[in-house]
Amino acid sequence: MSMRAKAKPEAEAVTEEVTGADVLIHSLKKENVEILFGYPGGAVLPLYDALYRSPIKHILSKHEQGSIHAAEGYARVSGKPGVVIATSGPGATNLVTGITDAMMDSLPLVIFTGQVASTVIGTDAFQEADIMGITAPITKHNYQVRDVQDLPRIIKEAFHIATTGRPGPVLVDIPKDVANQTISPDYDSTIHLPGYQPTFSPNILQIKKLADAVGQAKKPVILAGAGILHANAGKELLSFTEKNKIPVVNTLLGLGSYPGKHSLFLGMGGMHGTYTANMALYECDLLISIGARFDDRLTGNLAHFAKNAIVAHIDVDPAEIGKNVPTQIPIVSDAREALKKLIDVETETPDTEEWLNHLTENSKKYPLWKKVNTEEFLPQRVVELVHEHTKGDAIVTTDVGQHQMWAAQYYAFTDANRWVTSGGLGTMGFGFPAAVGAQLAFPEQTVVSLTGDGGFQMTLQELSTLQELNLPVKIVIMNNQSLGMVRQWQEAFYEERYSHSLIPVQPDFVKLGEAYGIKSYKVSTEEEANAVFEEAFSHRDPVLIDCRVSGKENVYPMIAPGKGLHQMIGVKP
Amino acid sequence: MKRIVTATVINQSGVLNRITGLMTKRQFNIESITVGHTETEGISKMTFVVNVDGDGKIEQLIKQLNKQIDVLKVSDITDQAIVVRELALIKVISNAQIRSEISGIIEPFRASIIDVSRESITVQVTGNSDKIEAILDLLRPYGIKEMVRTGITAFPRGSQKSVTDLKQYSILN
Repeated sequence: MSMRAKAKPEAEAVTEEVTGADVLIHSLKKENVEILFGYPGGAVLPLYDALYRSPIKHILSKHEQGSIHAAEGYARVSGKPGVVIATSGPGATNLVTGITDAMMDSLPLVIFTGQVASTVIGTDAFQEADIMGITAPITKHNYQVRDVQDLPRIIKEAFHIATTGRPGPVLVDIPKDVANQTISPDYDSTIHLPGYQPTFSPNILQIKKLADAVGQAKKPVILAGAGILHANAGKELLSFTEKNKIPVVNTLLGLGSYPGKHSLFLGMGGMHGTYTANMALYECDLLISIGARFDDRLTGNLAHFAKNAIVAHIDVDPAEIGKNVPTQIPIVSDAREALKKLIDVETETPDTEEWLNHLTENSKKYPLWKKVNTEEFLPQRVVELVHEHTKGDAIVTTDVGQHQMWAAQYYAFTDANRWVTSGGLGTMGFGFPAAVGAQLAFPEQTVVSLTGDGGFQMTLQELSTLQELNLPVKIVIMNNQSLGMVRQWQEAFYEERYSHSLIPVQPDFVKLGEAYGIKSYKVSTEEEANAVFEEAFSHRDPVLIDCRVSGKENVYPMIAPGKGLHQMIGVKP
Repeated sequence: MKRIVTATVINQSGVLNRITGLMTKRQFNIESITVGHTETEGISKMTFVVNVDGDGKIEQLIKQLNKQIDVLKVSDITDQAIVVRELALIKVISNAQIRSEISGIIEPFRASIIDVSRESITVQVTGNSDKIEAILDLLRPYGIKEMVRTGITAFPRGSQKSVTDLKQYSILN
């Protein structure tokens, strides 16, 4: 009797009042979140309990770093925010590398971390970490929810901030008691962020100034970065360059924003870029940087960078303009808006014929090269073979290092959002979990995780995630039994003292893959690789291929640290 | 060069941490910071004195501060007509005999004695940094037991000179 008597008023209360955890799940649905990447723990149990009753798909990684890199891969190829949940303390701190990576490469992420209950914050409670303090410098913004009433508004703001302007990671820290509190939520609050008003459209006077400069230029070049991809401005870039006959250099992260086989394309610039691209940046009289941030790996020694050029810089983030390179024509704008306006402005078309001929001659004289007539299994060939077997239509993810540079040099990206790499932070262990995220974003696409034997071992526990989801990711380990780029630098700058960069003892990657139920192969020659790739790319199952490549290959050409773009070494064999 | 920068911010917990962290990360040398409420509820104002190498650096600092979500407005007011004040509390060793001597010294500075003990007196002085340096110079021979300074707080005067030669950091040139 007493139970029945109690039941009714409680049932009524439930229809009006929901918990903070329910608010979170409902808000995620309102933001059209389809996938959550996460790992449960004590402080997020209320969130996971609410998730249990929700249709949102949750991907359980095997380490929080796997969650966040997967979310980055998902965000990079889909353009949608990657959403991550982790518990407090160690769960939250395990995200730090991925958050920094997303910040450096401008990827939209919304990260929810659990926090110990408000009542014990500051007491060094079990699994407490000051994740607000830790992530303040590596997030676009972060919040700690102190009052459950603020939760719907904060989530709305978090998604807004992460995805607008220059994208970036936003963290929301939710104390456990806040997740348990009940309220009648108001989901309709409007976003009011007076301190955050990103500029979307360019100043038209500056656009005209740039158009005039284009008309007068003899040796113009465009440096196209990832901002083109974020703004979905590839079409506009192509038509602007074709109209004015201006050649294009891509940054590492900008690869795919311009057709890799186009006659105006000079390749990637920077430390391991093409000779032609770097000489164009060195000799140009007008440099138009669009959505690129002049990383030191791109510019080389700044004293020699585009030193005779008028520099125009189009960026959605005003703080990037003038940060590293003095700029004469600053344009704060979304890349697409700026290019549209530029195309619309009546302007003289520059006469670039002589300049283009000069660059074409450079390309013919100094192409990328690799060994020929060798018995060795060359890592560059692995990239080329992957390109052949995927017809250039795969999403390719990498870590940092030699394999990353070879992928950038030899894959010839022609489409947007096919290239997922850790550029700014240069994170080992990024590529494989990022491939998981990319595959979840596009289940039908071919996704290849090109990785080194070093980087793969940093996050290979995600093999278990791959197995569980049966995602058809193809893992191609370019195994040179060393930390290749470290070894290369030790060879070049430390008189071949290979201090801890050689990894002669390795797990049997084939057995390892098989232990996770994944078809695995080892190949040591091009012939074997060809046969295995043929088989691997013909079906929709995950595959691991351990490619035993030559351990002596280095990435060329190269700009040594401290040198200018015109001082490349290894330009010719 | 020394620059005086003010930032109007939304008064949320962690804002100061965020801003000082940003300066540390970008290697800006902070000489002083003051923070307090403004006439508007929920809005605080910070005054920084920073040492930077050149125009490019100060422009970058202002842009980075502006990037913060909780920051509403940032201004470099160094070259404007401004009102600048700093408060210093100075505990000077003194006995009854020299108390009136010290009192005479600080009087032209419109400083006041706000605490007296058998061995010391505490002087309160407000003004710009030069004035505080000057009074400190005069008091130092008596022996300074303890001293605290707030760092400067500042804003533009009500009326500015009609012709100004302001440096522009606008990205619109």
